Amino acid sequence: MEIPKSFLGYKRENGRAGTRNHVIILPVDDISNACAEAVANNIKGTMALPHSYGRLQFGADLDLHFRTMIGTGCNPNVAAVIVIGIEPKWTKKIVDGIAKTGKPVEGFHIERTGDIGTVMKASKKAQELVMWASEKQREECPMSDLWISVKCGESDTTSGLAANPTVGNLMDKLEPMGVHLCFGETSELTGAEQVCATRGATQEASDKFMKTWNSYNDFILKEATDDLSESQPTAGNIAGGLTTIEEKAFGNFQKIGNCKFIDVLEPAEEPTKGKGLYFMDTSSAAAECVTLQAAAGFNIHLFPTGQGNIVGNPIEPVVKLTANPLTVKGMGEHIDCDVSKILTREMNMSQAGDELIKATLRVANGRLTCAEALGHKEFVMTKLYRSA
Amino acid sequence: MATDIIIHDKKDNVGVVVIEKITPKQDCDCWIMEDDSSTSIQSLDEIPLGHKIAMADLNEGDTILKYGHDIGKVVKSIKKGEHVHVHNVKTKKW
Repeated sequence: MEIPKSFLGYKRENGRAGTRNHVIILPVDDISNACAEAVANNIKGTMALPHSYGRLQFGADLDLHFRTMIGTGCNPNVAAVIVIGIEPKWTKKIVDGIAKTGKPVEGFHIERTGDIGTVMKASKKAQELVMWASEKQREECPMSDLWISVKCGESDTTSGLAANPTVGNLMDKLEPMGVHLCFGETSELTGAEQVCATRGATQEASDKFMKTWNSYNDFILKEATDDLSESQPTAGNIAGGLTTIEEKAFGNFQKIGNCKFIDVLEPAEEPTKGKGLYFMDTSSAAAECVTLQAAAGFNIHLFPTGQGNIVGNPIEPVVKLTANPLTVKGMGEHIDCDVSKILTREMNMSQAGDELIKATLRVANGRLTCAEALGHKEFVMTKLYRSA
Repeated sequence: MATDIIIHDKKDNVGVVVIEKITPKQDCDCWIMEDDSSTSIQSLDEIPLGHKIAMADLNEGDTILKYGHDIGKVVKSIKKGEHVHVHNVKTKKW
């Protein structure tokens, strides 16, 4: 198949391109969720992103909170942002971070005004922004404007046999076109960590990966109260035939094809070394991982599943594929790309990769994903430790 | 050509069932992806889609190889053709 050279995206002020055109209402903290949701309810076409944190955090955990908030607002799938927090200082910090992209953003704080007054002021601004954004048109953008993140979930042996290598095939074909790529799931590379480390493009990248994996593994060993057999692999993984974390890890690792990673990113850190594949230190929980990748600026996500994970994200469309024919049959409304014919040898890996490229481009051009049509908007902040 | 079992790598001592299930004493076709070769095996157990079958007799302490890599250790001896899963294989990590 000849791979298209472009897709239809929304060009942003900072030179990036979006596959979506959202106007979001971003609460700084948990207690501002009600206000943000009221604004989104008032003004049609806007979307609130409620979450559970943002108070009394400190140190690296607070840095990650700000990085995730600011990164979410900066994502090119977002046209404009309303930020609402209880206090002015942290609200302004997030507004200033997002404003660097050049996109419209305005902050409101609730103290001394209350919910009702804040909802009124923020709603007036949100109406102005959503009507402005509604005039934006899709334009032709080069493939290199695609920033593709990947993560697998509810994996089974069909993931490692077929769905994950399909993603790997897509990476092998799109990497030379200058796209940004990102994989994560630090804990789920356990067992394959030495092999993964050899895929660093430089010794520095390999060393950084091993340092990151060792740190995560030390943390798991310190906190574990049993052999993790209830958590990794999950009950769903075991039902699907996966026996050990090592087996899951080697399956997981198939997603990067033959690509080498050029750098290791902190959670939600924006890549700065140009086109190519990055590893991000993330949790292996689906919604947490996708939220971090979206906050790093990735604008379309590929999610291979075995037993049928149903995750979505509010701003980054999540394209799901599976090779498990029982999953296609039982929960087809969640599957954007069916590659189950690999198992019956009616489709080879290259054909499957082409099918996934087609499905990805349709979504990049505007087709809703299954998760979007079903209303999946899982926005889950990663919290590193207890608050002060 | 359709297959009942897929094996990733020539070195692997397990294969994955890719039809809805295989039944005891079923003669199964196996496809080895690495070199596109074929082999066959007779099953001893009923094994569902996605679950593994032993391609050789395995003793306690042996290493299970899949993708050509170590994915865990045998904790209860396994006969060629039997179901391989959490009841007879454990992680070497954690």
